[in-house]
Amino acid sequence: MLSLADLREGQSATIIEVRGDDAIAVRLMEMGLTGGERIKLLGFAPLGDPLEIIIRGYRLSLRCSEAKRVVVELVV
Amino acid sequence: MADKTSSLTVALVGNPNTGKSTLFSALCGVPARVGNYPGVTVEKKLGRYRDDQGEVLIIDLPGTYSLSARTMDEMVSVDVLLSRQSDVPKLDVIVAIADATNLERNLYLFTQLRQLEIPIILVLNMWDRVMASAMKVDLAQLSERLGVTVVVATASRSSGVQEIKAAIRAASVKGNSAQETLFPAEFQAECDGLRDWLLASGQPELQPFLIQRLLLDVDSAHAQRLSKQASLKELPSRLAEARARLASAGHRVPALETRCRYNWIRSLLTGVVDRPAEETNTTSDRIDHVLTHRVWGLVIFAAIMFAVFQCISTGASGIMAAIEALQGGLVAWVHSWLAPSILRSLIDDGIIAGVGSVLLFLPQILILFFFIGVLEDCGYMARAAFVMDKLMTKLGLSGKSFLPLMSSFACAVPGIMATRVIENTRDRMITILVAPLMSCSARLPVYILLIYTFVPDTAWFGGWIGLRGIVLFAMHVLGLAVAIPVAWLLKRFFFPGATSAFVMELPSYKLPSAKVVFYRVWERGQSFLGRAGSLIFCTAVLVWAAGYFPGDHTQVHQLARTIEQRELQESEDSGGELKAMRAEERLLNGELIKGSLLGQAGQAVEPLVKPLGWDWRIGVGVIASFPAREVIIATLGTIYSLGGDVDEHNGSLKEALASSRWEDGRPVYTLPVALSIMVFFALCAQCAATLMVIRRETNSWRWPIFTFVYMTVLAYTGSFITYNLATWVLG
Repeated sequence: MLSLADLREGQSATIIEVRGDDAIAVRLMEMGLTGGERIKLLGFAPLGDPLEIIIRGYRLSLRCSEAKRVVVELVV
Repeated sequence: MADKTSSLTVALVGNPNTGKSTLFSALCGVPARVGNYPGVTVEKKLGRYRDDQGEVLIIDLPGTYSLSARTMDEMVSVDVLLSRQSDVPKLDVIVAIADATNLERNLYLFTQLRQLEIPIILVLNMWDRVMASAMKVDLAQLSERLGVTVVVATASRSSGVQEIKAAIRAASVKGNSAQETLFPAEFQAECDGLRDWLLASGQPELQPFLIQRLLLDVDSAHAQRLSKQASLKELPSRLAEARARLASAGHRVPALETRCRYNWIRSLLTGVVDRPAEETNTTSDRIDHVLTHRVWGLVIFAAIMFAVFQCISTGASGIMAAIEALQGGLVAWVHSWLAPSILRSLIDDGIIAGVGSVLLFLPQILILFFFIGVLEDCGYMARAAFVMDKLMTKLGLSGKSFLPLMSSFACAVPGIMATRVIENTRDRMITILVAPLMSCSARLPVYILLIYTFVPDTAWFGGWIGLRGIVLFAMHVLGLAVAIPVAWLLKRFFFPGATSAFVMELPSYKLPSAKVVFYRVWERGQSFLGRAGSLIFCTAVLVWAAGYFPGDHTQVHQLARTIEQRELQESEDSGGELKAMRAEERLLNGELIKGSLLGQAGQAVEPLVKPLGWDWRIGVGVIASFPAREVIIATLGTIYSLGGDVDEHNGSLKEALASSRWEDGRPVYTLPVALSIMVFFALCAQCAATLMVIRRETNSWRWPIFTFVYMTVLAYTGSFITYNLATWVLG
């Protein structure tokens, strides 16, 4: 299954789900990463981690380790 | 006429980066009181204003994305909002503040707030940006659908403030309209079941919102608190069963809440907000492309940090020199009308020196918070954390720890105050605890004195690389190098648990507002001078007393009086008599400090510091430097009978150190001893200001004591190893 961390710069995807029920998963969901939402990967930090996405009209950064929990489907 | 019923208590709640603090300042100026809620690190900020109907108390709650109550810190906000916090009056109105350009996510918190059954108004801040964009918001429609008053504002320009004040009054009278539930019927049934069970177990009735939270927040602080009661032992298993039932009905628990709320918001905003298709090549994006570029991002980041650091250390030094000059002038003025006596000594060395040691930190704090204000308000601060995060996670911290730690190289006091930008409690605590290890500018005079006295002036490569420079550099690296394992150990043993999330909003770039920056600087300066300032001052006076008592100062005061009279009468020193009297005064002073509590303590610790290669005089210097590290130079000056006015460049102090002998004639100060002292100062916590600021920021005496103990142990061990290693290597 594809995760948000597997996307390349500029790619868009639809969120399927955020895995887990711990504080990190809840925070991701609270920030608007819920099933069915469209996201776009804007790029990575200079050292390769974290990454920057656009979701619900705003820009959000998260670490690759967190992005791995976000299961997505590529939009072509 | 203001009567009792017209005074209101209002809470200001919103996401981070919505301009909440700016709105707070625009409503009531600088805060009346900044403190902490008991037992937690959550900042408690209160302010007041008067309108034509009476006084309004504003409580500024910490910026948050959600009202979930998983941790004790998060629970504080919920308790304040539901009037369960005993030291806060019952709320009359909630002012929910939202970033108008990012309504969808900002309304998430609002959907939780409106369930609290407290009158609420919604403020759409940063309205100027909406006006400047192609975005359109149907305010009447939004207000009608939400059933609350919606006010637009641009807090950084104080626009909309009067409208907010009027809406607060109106809402306090109007109350709340009924609201539909956004959760499915199954969830509602579970809530009812839980409520009935809690009542049957003899619990007082909980607000519906808290019942929902018990089900929605897995392992919440509230559930843990409740299940400590014998009658509620079953609570965790009951909650787990209820969640399992919900999951089998297709409503898995953490996802259920966010899904329901966001779906509700989406349908609410349809037809209310008209937003053009998302642009990803705005000016902000183009700036971002450069500032987070693989190469340029790092270069610009390094340049900005270097500039900030330079401004703190050089910019502050000018103001600090002015403060010291002012102090000198004040002392001279006191001398002009007060003869040498215990009172004068208290004023000179206790009070003026104490006030000085508080004020000395102020320029660095103000300069740092000026830059933090500018960087935060223009949107770069989040990028700096974004750029540095990977490096900082290797040290067990997060990107947000970088700036506080870097500022600590100038001074740990503003550095520790800057940790407020770190939302995660654990990352913030670890950053606070390792910040004093960064080699601050107060250590520099100690290094300079010892290096220029004892480290040979050897240079290589045509004088480009000198041994003295290497030692100075090594001392600065030492603290940083030690901080890495310390941070790791703290994380492993004192703050265990999963790694914190780094889910951070990247706000769009804008020009910083002078008002926002000013409020930020003012507030931090004020909060430092308040509690921490008075504690630093008290410590300075206490150390003065320990160096003064016991001891009969009549002879030395008499002598000083004679000297001062002579100085006034004669411009020339006839026959060196004055010089001899001065020498005698210094000798007496040296004897007095040896007999004082401080001197006795120094002699008592001599067996303890001997393994470090020190004699009792160094011991006294180290103890006396507790208010601030650089005090050791003045103390050594006094002990070596040089009078008070010495600095690190003073030739006679260098000579006195170099010629100091043990009883058997061996020199006290050798290169290993000098290195041992330097390592001690690099690692020790001899800085009252830092410890008091830790006390203030962590709201507990536990952590300053912990810091002092761990750093002193480290310093002693490091010093011991250095002394023995250097003695062995140098023969």
